[in-house]
Amino acid sequence: MKYAVALVLVAVTAALMVLGLFVSGQAGTTVGVTKGSALHTSRASTPDQAVTNLLVDVQRRNWDRAFSNVSSASGIREQAFIQDWIGSNGGLRSFSSLEGYDSRPLHASNDEVEMRVRLHFSTPVGPLEDVRDIHLIREGDVWKAVWPKVPVPSVPAQVVPVTYLRWDLVTGGVDDEWGAKNVDAPHVRIISMNAVDSAEGAVVMGEVTNEDSIPAFVTVNATLVDGSGNPIDDESSFDKIAHVLLPKQITPYRIDFPNLNLKNVKNVRMDVKATLVPASADPVIGVMNQRIDTDVQGKSVLHGELLNQSGQTVNIPHVIASFYDNNGKVVWVSDGYVDRALLPQSLEPFAVEIPKSLSATVHSFHVVVNQFSLGKS
Amino acid sequence: MCLAAWAEVCSAQDLRAPTSAVAGEEATISTTGSGKATFYLVGPGVSHRNDVALGEEIHLAAQDIRNAGNYVAILCSESCHRASFYVTAAKPVTLTFLVHPSRVPVAQGDAVSGVALPFDQYHNLVLTPLNVSFELTAKDASLWSKSVRTQNGAAWFRAASGKSAGPLQVAATADDLTARRAVQQVASDPCNLRITGQRTRTGILVQTQPVHDCAGNVVTDGTIVTFTATGPHGTGTVDAPIKQGIARAEMDAPGPVVISVASGVVMGNEIRVGAQ
Repeated sequence: MKYAVALVLVAVTAALMVLGLFVSGQAGTTVGVTKGSALHTSRASTPDQAVTNLLVDVQRRNWDRAFSNVSSASGIREQAFIQDWIGSNGGLRSFSSLEGYDSRPLHASNDEVEMRVRLHFSTPVGPLEDVRDIHLIREGDVWKAVWPKVPVPSVPAQVVPVTYLRWDLVTGGVDDEWGAKNVDAPHVRIISMNAVDSAEGAVVMGEVTNEDSIPAFVTVNATLVDGSGNPIDDESSFDKIAHVLLPKQITPYRIDFPNLNLKNVKNVRMDVKATLVPASADPVIGVMNQRIDTDVQGKSVLHGELLNQSGQTVNIPHVIASFYDNNGKVVWVSDGYVDRALLPQSLEPFAVEIPKSLSATVHSFHVVVNQFSLGKS
Repeated sequence: MCLAAWAEVCSAQDLRAPTSAVAGEEATISTTGSGKATFYLVGPGVSHRNDVALGEEIHLAAQDIRNAGNYVAILCSESCHRASFYVTAAKPVTLTFLVHPSRVPVAQGDAVSGVALPFDQYHNLVLTPLNVSFELTAKDASLWSKSVRTQNGAAWFRAASGKSAGPLQVAATADDLTARRAVQQVASDPCNLRITGQRTRTGILVQTQPVHDCAGNVVTDGTIVTFTATGPHGTGTVDAPIKQGIARAEMDAPGPVVISVASGVVMGNEIRVGAQ
C-alpha cells in the first residue's frame, strides 16, 4: 500500500510522456512562438525544432552540429558560418555569447517557412539584441535553415599613410616651483540640455563641446533636485557620450534616471568635468548614408554606414546620435554598438533606434562615432 | 617684612616686549625685578619655555621667531605677566607668481589674470606694501604693463590677450625680484570657414581653405571640422581634424549632394556637387 501512490505517479508520468510524443508527432509542421529554453532533438521534424536545434548548438558552440542544421543550398562554408557567430578581428561579437532567443513565424507553407528570431547576446557592454529572419526549407522529412552568405569586407594589401596628430602629456616634476608649470584642464561647455520623461524613467540629454585647443576627457553628471533643494538622484552619462573630445568636437550625452519621473523635479544640476588626456586624431571614421527608416519590426531607426578612413582596425565602433526637432532642440539621444570590427577603408552598417513617440518630431540628427581599439586606451 | 618683600617681588616682576621684531632676526625682551622666573614664548608654530633671571634681558634667538605673526611672551614667578608682540616678515626674497590660464584664445578681454605674492626667506608672506610691476610681452614687444602696490601681501592684474597666437610672456617684478610665466595664446574660433570639393574616382574629396580665426591666426592643428553631405541617399558626416591649417575628408556619395561645413558652433559655406 505504501508504494501504491508512488507507482501511480510513475505510471501517470510515463503515460503523459508517451502522449506528449504522440501529440507532437501529429503536429507535423506546426509553427509557433518559441523561447530559447526549448529542448534539442536529433532530427528537426518541424521548423521550430530546426531553429531550436540550430540555436541551442550555437549557444553550446557545438559548431559541427549547428552547421548540420544548415541546408547545403545555403552555399555557405562552415568556417564562414562559425565566423558569423563568433566574429573576427576583435569585434564586439568576439566577446559576446548567445544567451537566448525568441522566434516566431512570419510565413509558412508546406516546404518553406520564414521565422523571425530575436537573438539575445550578452556582451561586455551590456545585453544586445539582434533580429534575424531565418528562411527554413524542408529537405525530405527534415527542416533546415538556409543561412545567407555573410559579406566579409575584403581589404586589399596596402600601405595607408597616417599623418594625423597625436597629443602626448608631459607632467611636471615634484621640484617645480608652485604655479610655474601648470597646464589648465581643457575648457568644455554644455551647449544644450533637455530633460524628458521616457518609458524607462527620466532622461537628461544634450550636447557638450570641447572649446579648447587640446583634447579633453569629458564626463557629464546630472543631479535631480526637488522643490526643497534636496537632491533626489544623481547619475553620470557613463557610455552614452564620446568621452575623448578633440578640439571643437561636439558629442551628445544622455543620462538615464531609471524609475524616476520629472514630476517632483524642480531643478536639474549639471556638472561637466574635463581632464587633459593624451589622444590621437586617428582614426577618422566617416558616417555615410544616414537616413531615418522604419525597420522590419516597424520601429523608427536611424541607419547608416561607418567608413573607416584610416589604416587601423576599429574593434568596437560605438555610434551616438542626437536627434533635433524643428527648432534645433535635442529631443533624444540614442546609441548603439556595432558588433563587427570596422576594418581599414571599409564600410560597416549601423542602426540606432528612435522612440516611436518621437519619430514624428525628429527633424534632423547628428552622429558621432566613439571607438574602442584593442591595445589602445 | 614679608609683606614688603612680596610687594617688591610683585612690583618688580615685569617684562617689556619689543615694539618691532622682524622674522629671523634676534630680538630682546627686557624684564624687571630680581630672582628667578620662568619664561614662555608662544607664537605661530613655536612654543618653548626657559628659566630666566629677572632684571636681565631675555634674548630671542633668530630661529625662535622665524614665523611672522603674533607672539605672546609670558613671565611667571610668584605670578605671571604677559606681553604680546608682532613679528613682521623679513625682506622679500621670492615672488610667487600665479598666472591663469595656461592657454588663452587671442583677442579676449580680461582673459589673462595673475597674482604676485612676495615671500621672505622663511616663507612668510610679506604684508608690507611694495610695488609690483606686471608686464605682458609677445615676440619681444611689450603688449601691456602696469605697476600695482600690494595689498595684504598680494598684487594682481587682469588683462586682455594679444592678437597673435604664440607664447605670451608674463613678468612680475618687485625691486630686484622677477618671476616669469608663459601663457600659450591660441587661435580663436574659425572665421569665414570655406570649403571646396571635387569628385574623385572613389567619392568626393572635400577640403577647407586654410582655416583662420578672425585675427588671421591659423587655427590650431587637430581642431575638428565637420563636413556634412546631404543628398538623396541620406546624410554623410565626417569629423576631420585640421592639419597644417587645412581639414580634408573623403565623402562617399554617388548622387548629387550639398556639402556643408562646421567647426564647433561655427558654420561655414555650402557647396553643391553633382552626381557621379
